[in-house]
Amino acid sequence: MWQIFHKLGSPKWFFGIATRLMPWLLAGGVLLMMAGIVWGLGFAPKDYLQGNSYRIIFIHVPTAFLAQSVYIMMAVAAVVTLVWRMKLADVFVKAVAPVGLVLTFLALFTGAVWGKPTWGTWWIWDARLTSMLILLFLYGGVIALDRAINDEKSAARAVAVLVLVGVVNIPIIKYSVEWWNTLHQPATFKLTEKPTMPAEMWVPLLLSVLGLYLVFGWLACLRMQTEILVREQRTRWVREHVMAGRT
Amino acid sequence: MAFESLAAFLSMDGHGPYVWTCYGAFFVLMAVMMVWSVRRRRAVIESCRRRYESLESRDVGATTRAAATFTRVNVSQD
Repeated sequence: MWQIFHKLGSPKWFFGIATRLMPWLLAGGVLLMMAGIVWGLGFAPKDYLQGNSYRIIFIHVPTAFLAQSVYIMMAVAAVVTLVWRMKLADVFVKAVAPVGLVLTFLALFTGAVWGKPTWGTWWIWDARLTSMLILLFLYGGVIALDRAINDEKSAARAVAVLVLVGVVNIPIIKYSVEWWNTLHQPATFKLTEKPTMPAEMWVPLLLSVLGLYLVFGWLACLRMQTEILVREQRTRWVREHVMAGRT
Repeated sequence: MAFESLAAFLSMDGHGPYVWTCYGAFFVLMAVMMVWSVRRRRAVIESCRRRYESLESRDVGATTRAAATFTRVNVSQD
């Protein structure tokens, strides 16, 4: 068990695994997303209440879902950084924070554009929207804090603490539609219940969520590899890898 | 198909601009982020390679210089 743990923490080992996984993640992710989006845009039936504007859901829900899910993954990595001082966990946090920022922005943007024809307004300071905006600032804060501290180890610890403090926002986002009266509709998918939508609507949505997960996996591997190369450039294996041209 | 014609598909009963703005923003931002990440990785590898190469040439230079200064040790010491 400890051996596996140490292996997982080894940047060199991760680098090799990531190189092998990445083509599959990218191909699978793009295929699933395309299938979900084409199905959702052209073939899924119209919503009886919202009309065709609901088709934004096929990118709004995946980006919003990933935005929160990436933050939870970062929080787990932050615990690992603080407790076990595993380098790879910190590499993960730094590599994916900008991805989380972009996904959160996209969720807010697509939500605002969807809100205009559906609610009649681009923005309203209600619980779901405001807590999502806080998530955007949290991602921005993590990136800024990391850049502000030069020493790698202190930066890792400070960022991990900030990520953990911010994690309180995640249940607020999730339950905001239930705790408060908001304009936002309740969750589309629940683990405990069957979706309230017909299958022709939720199957493409599920495909695009899974697809975006895989694309995120590809991005995470790629960006972690970059971060590892920067940090480990003085080691022999990086030198050998770069000079061998197996890039 | 949920639409009868391409025009109906593009207009989406008047919701077209909203829907297409969202999809446009999504594809542009995702593509920019993906391309940028690939380029940054390549740039890091390139700068590492240059550094290693300059280190190697310096190592080679150092050994030849050492061999040369060995015979003129008095000159190089002042």
